[in-house]
Amino acid sequence: MAAHLTCGRVNLNILREAARKELREFLDKCAGSKAIVWDEYLTGPFGLIAQYSLLKEHEVEKMFTLKGGRLPAADVKNIIFFVRPRLELMDIIAENVISEDKMRSPRDFHILFVPRHSLLCEQRLKEQGVLGSFINIDQYILDLIPYDGDLLSMESESAFRECYLENDQTSLYHTAKGLMTLQALYGTIPQIFGKGECARHVANMMLRMKREFAGSQTQILPVFDTLLLLDRNVDLLTPLATQLTYEGLIDEIYGITNGYVKLPPEKFAQKKQGEGGKDLPTEPKKLQLNSAEELYAEIRDKNFNAVGAALSKKAKIISAAFEERHNAKTVGEIKQFVSQLPHMQAARSSLANHTSIAELIKDITTSEAFFDNLTVEQEFMTGVDTDKVNTYIEDCISQKDPLIKILRLVCMQSVCNNGLKQKVLDHYKREILQTYGYEHILTLSNLEKTGLLKPQTSTRNSFPTIRKTLKLWMEDANEQNPNDISNVYSGYAPLSVRLTQLLARPGWRSIEEVLKMLPGPHFEERQQLPAGLHKKRQQGENRTTLVFFLGGVTYAEIAALRFLSQMEDGGTEYIIATTKLINGTSWIRSLMDRLETLPF
Amino acid sequence: MAFVTANWNPLGEAFYRKIELYQMSWNLRDGLRDCLFAAAPYGGPIALLKEPQRRSPSARPQLEIYSSSGISMASFPWKSGPVKQLGWTVSDDLLCVQEDGTVLIYDLFGGFKRHFSMGNEVLQNHVMEAKVFHSPYGTGVAIVTGAFRFTLATNIDDLKLRRLPEVPGLQGAPTCWAVLTQDRQSKVLLASGAELYILDNTACILVTPPGLSPQATSIFHMAVSFSYKYLALFTDSGHVWMGSANLKDKLSEVETKVRTPPKQMAWCRRPKSHQPSVVIMWDRHLLVAGECKDTIQYPAPKDCGVVVTDLDLSCGYHLDDESVLVPELDGVRIVSGTHHELLQEVPAACEEIFKIASMAPGALLLEAHKEYEKESQKADEYLREIKEQSLLGEAVRQCVEAAGYEHEPETQKTLLRAASFGKCFLSNFPPEQFVSMCRDLRVLNAVRDYTVGIPLTQPQYKQMTVQVLIDRLVYRKLYPLAIEICRYLKTPEYQGVSRVLKHWACCKVQQKEEADEVIARAISLKLGEAAGISYSEIAARAYECGRTELAIKLLEFEPRSGEQVPLLLKMKRSQLALSKAIESGDTDLVYTVVTYLKNEMNRGDFFMTLRNQPVALSLYRQFCKYQEQDTLKDLFNQDDDHQELGNFYVRASYQEGKLEARMALLQSAVDEYNKAKNEFAAKATEEEMRLLRFQRRVEEEKAERVLGSSLQDTMHCLLTAGLHKQAEQLYKDFRVPDKRYWWLKLTALAEKEDWDELEKFAKSKKSPIGYLPFVEVCVKHRNKYEAKKYVSKVTPEQRVKAHLAVGELEGAADVAIERRNEGEISLVLSRCSPTTDRALLERLNRARSTVAKK
Repeated sequence: MAAHLTCGRVNLNILREAARKELREFLDKCAGSKAIVWDEYLTGPFGLIAQYSLLKEHEVEKMFTLKGGRLPAADVKNIIFFVRPRLELMDIIAENVISEDKMRSPRDFHILFVPRHSLLCEQRLKEQGVLGSFINIDQYILDLIPYDGDLLSMESESAFRECYLENDQTSLYHTAKGLMTLQALYGTIPQIFGKGECARHVANMMLRMKREFAGSQTQILPVFDTLLLLDRNVDLLTPLATQLTYEGLIDEIYGITNGYVKLPPEKFAQKKQGEGGKDLPTEPKKLQLNSAEELYAEIRDKNFNAVGAALSKKAKIISAAFEERHNAKTVGEIKQFVSQLPHMQAARSSLANHTSIAELIKDITTSEAFFDNLTVEQEFMTGVDTDKVNTYIEDCISQKDPLIKILRLVCMQSVCNNGLKQKVLDHYKREILQTYGYEHILTLSNLEKTGLLKPQTSTRNSFPTIRKTLKLWMEDANEQNPNDISNVYSGYAPLSVRLTQLLARPGWRSIEEVLKMLPGPHFEERQQLPAGLHKKRQQGENRTTLVFFLGGVTYAEIAALRFLSQMEDGGTEYIIATTKLINGTSWIRSLMDRLETLPF
Repeated sequence: MAFVTANWNPLGEAFYRKIELYQMSWNLRDGLRDCLFAAAPYGGPIALLKEPQRRSPSARPQLEIYSSSGISMASFPWKSGPVKQLGWTVSDDLLCVQEDGTVLIYDLFGGFKRHFSMGNEVLQNHVMEAKVFHSPYGTGVAIVTGAFRFTLATNIDDLKLRRLPEVPGLQGAPTCWAVLTQDRQSKVLLASGAELYILDNTACILVTPPGLSPQATSIFHMAVSFSYKYLALFTDSGHVWMGSANLKDKLSEVETKVRTPPKQMAWCRRPKSHQPSVVIMWDRHLLVAGECKDTIQYPAPKDCGVVVTDLDLSCGYHLDDESVLVPELDGVRIVSGTHHELLQEVPAACEEIFKIASMAPGALLLEAHKEYEKESQKADEYLREIKEQSLLGEAVRQCVEAAGYEHEPETQKTLLRAASFGKCFLSNFPPEQFVSMCRDLRVLNAVRDYTVGIPLTQPQYKQMTVQVLIDRLVYRKLYPLAIEICRYLKTPEYQGVSRVLKHWACCKVQQKEEADEVIARAISLKLGEAAGISYSEIAARAYECGRTELAIKLLEFEPRSGEQVPLLLKMKRSQLALSKAIESGDTDLVYTVVTYLKNEMNRGDFFMTLRNQPVALSLYRQFCKYQEQDTLKDLFNQDDDHQELGNFYVRASYQEGKLEARMALLQSAVDEYNKAKNEFAAKATEEEMRLLRFQRRVEEEKAERVLGSSLQDTMHCLLTAGLHKQAEQLYKDFRVPDKRYWWLKLTALAEKEDWDELEKFAKSKKSPIGYLPFVEVCVKHRNKYEAKKYVSKVTPEQRVKAHLAVGELEGAADVAIERRNEGEISLVLSRCSPTTDRALLERLNRARSTVAKK
């Protein structure tokens, strides 16, 4: 069930098992039948840790969504609230508890705070006069959730907004704690590198926490050699660009949440013989996407232009495998063929699914609109006319294309030009306000605060220098047989990943100048290992680096890092961790201020 | 060795033995006469409250605390009220129950800790009798008042007084009573004459023990076993009834022939006992009664004709001295003015080995080893005998087990040596039992030493765990020994050495004569290396002792800044608490301090404090954003943050349902944006206000719902409603770029399918967006006829696209060929179908090749 976690270089299932164990222990603490009341936001992340079956084994009989008023009737002994420590949620819980029917047999209340308990929330419960009603108030430390064999995510949607806009470093504290948990399971990470304010803050907290827990050090041989902490605002450009890998495009177009994607059902209608054109399903098709699916693991990180070829190659292999049955003559051969059947059938249905998805995506990528948009993005990234008002953007506004698309493009132009001339910036802002409504003035203000949108302050634009030094644009990106990370954006090499690559070889000293142009400090820290835990590296053994993206990472960046891991002479394998998997759209959306407008 | 069985007495199937633990090193002039006595179980301390020598109003009784070996730990005159009962808590604190119902708590060294009361009712009626008892919930106190009412407190650390119901018809004091713990509840069992009652929270139930001898007319005495599982009753007919505490089963009944009420009675059982047995003590003699008719008596009373199985006068035990029984989990300790002994059933392993003429494997192994030491060949014979029955493993196990039950180190050694000898002839014998027994005994012998005075037996030690033993040593301030034991047992530093050091430090901070500096330095020196020390706990203790400065100094050593915060708040060092909370990175902690500060300080100071702590300030802002909008405004005001104030008003304006109110707030926003020198925002806001006003007019005059929409949507709405003049006015007033306006009007007219107006519009002047959009929009609205009108107006560069859009392949081909543009030719080609457009295909292909040649 969690096979996808064990296949990577580092067995991330250990982390998942630890989380499951803790969950079971808590559930057993509340003896008897239980109902869980969910903070809706948590159900997705919890799905990555435990399915309903685990809860059921521990006498969870009912599940509800947290909402005001009276709790639904359920004949259980325990009611457990699984919530984030938010004040507004405490008020709802208090309402639930107070309106509990006194006539019925009393139910025991418990709270499980995820990822950490909060004095502030307890205080609120106390003010509401319900604190005493809870038998257990516990915390379930769920910081880093194993997402795939080489991927950890905190699934904290608002992390970027909190850190860079609201100066609320709660998620960084959780990051540091999560990294401590990780080190408790996988050994102390001897080297820490970082770039950016938040990275510095996390590293400081980690070092401090290590001092705090002095003496309780685990005697585990370190699995990770290096930790690299990267602020998202060091590389604001990459998430703005449209991802061009298979997985990246699925996310851009349909959105992947907690490892699942919902797709339009038409393409997936089961064509069973004899039934012909039965009515099409109306429910969206829900698919789980991870490396447990062999085919998906193979194609997810490819540039979409190379996916078609890969799919048809796979199709040939599969049909060849099915043809084998004609060659099976002896009973033994037939038996062997039959034993492989389930695997082959799974492969065939997987192939069918991905062929359908690829067709859906192709319809979009071959459209003129997609092409025009991509052309403008690439012009910006290569530095064409970034200092003028772009007519394509104007046209898009005129036709009232989705606001987020406009914001992505304008921000991208601003980032590639290291700020826009005041006149240009004001023009865009005015166009946006007049077209999409004045209320977006707050969103624009947010984008300016995070640096995604800014007026040019110096006359010199440093971006071309950065682009040149870091080789962010590769003219001859080979999409079919990539030789560089730039294939994930068909030409653009993600800055964040380039920094990672250069850190491994030849080291950051070679790019000091550029690092200074990027925001925030860069640093290196070493953590003392207990004697006897120093790793003796075998000849040719790869180093393992954990790259932590503070504020989110895109699927294309992950694909680029996986490409680096697979490079024959790379020498480093990467495990990726992040606060949240993002794309330009979800990222910009998280920064928007949506006002609840009272109608006149 | 031959004398091991010298102090054994048989009783039925089993033997009983009396071991001397200590000769008491105290020097009591009158022995234990005329004093209150309390000894804690598990070899705990002893407390004595002696009545004064001479009875005079000024004379005070003396409270004395001793170790089990009689070493004095505290002694002071009792200055409070008359004491009814002494008792020890599970954490070695002394409880003194006074006549007025007050319970005073002292530590081992006579330091007063706190007091509590057993209720108001007691004040009038006084405590007649009290008992201190232990249950899984902690230490409890039970009292019976002069009005014969019982009150219980199950756990003195979480005091909840329970007044038990009245016993119907109870006229005088109960003859005897005891506390039982059953079904997670403490109950009182009491006897009044021959009647037996159980009192619980709600009811008083009359019970009858099964098979109690009918001659009894009064129950003189009762005893509950250490585990609360068994009950013994002593009746006026001289019978001892033994049974289960739930009064369901009878185990035995023995006639003692003594009809005077005993002074004390205690269960003398051990886990896996052969038989139930109780020890009964009168003034002059002691009696052990079990299952059989016989009893053991110390010393044999000459005046009554009881069958005496064995006499034991050899140990020099004089019962003419006043004695006290202390029940333990595996026996009964007997404390007198001069001696301290343990009376217990001989454990099976010891019996097997030492019983005279025993042929048990352990006994043979011991013999073999003895011969071996003597260098006699008999050793081999014995060994062979065991090995022939393949019982050597069993023999080794027996010897090791027996060693654990022996008190004399010499005997222990002999047994262990024999075991070790036997082990040599065994392959693959697991060593754990032997090793851990050696370790346990080493620890036990160390604490049994009379200077420490904790006479623990091995089963007691196992029951109480090392953790608790360490705690007990720490309570006695025997820090070096505790640390030695931790190191010897390799207890993880966290639970072992560090914990001891923490207690040491907590004790150290109470040394009033030493300066803060000195103590802080001494503590940091000693604790520096130890892992997982909680300095905040030590600091908290220093603060409790009124040494705030020392507490702050100690907190400095605490590496976990989060831990420092609560104490700093308690000590009202809130500013420091805030910076520590920030340092920890734990935002919840910062919030906690901020909320605390908010309640503590006046608003001005509070804001100033936040201003100096940007992290706290932004967190508080977040809090206010969702909880206290007005405070948020004040915060921005105080910081002169006009930009944020502007945003604040904008946000607020959207929560207003009335136009005037919204306008007022937007005007405030304009003012703030101006102050912030954000011209763009100020102007944009003014424009919005202008737009709102315009929209209202339109709504009033033309009844179109436009209020609140964007400028673009408003114009769109006007155009679709045919209000071209108004739309035009907005276009001009708001300086809408031509391109956008053209797009807008184009789509609005097409949506309305107002093709005439569209044509007029197209001709009004040269289109700033070209004419391709006209073609495309018309096609989009499925009007190819109209679309075609504009194809000719499209610039040559886009004309191919235009032709294709309306489906004119020929036209597209003509233009492409004319323009000699390879890309365009290919584009048209890609739209051609090989069956229907064969001629065109050929023409295009030809053209392409000519273009390519050039």
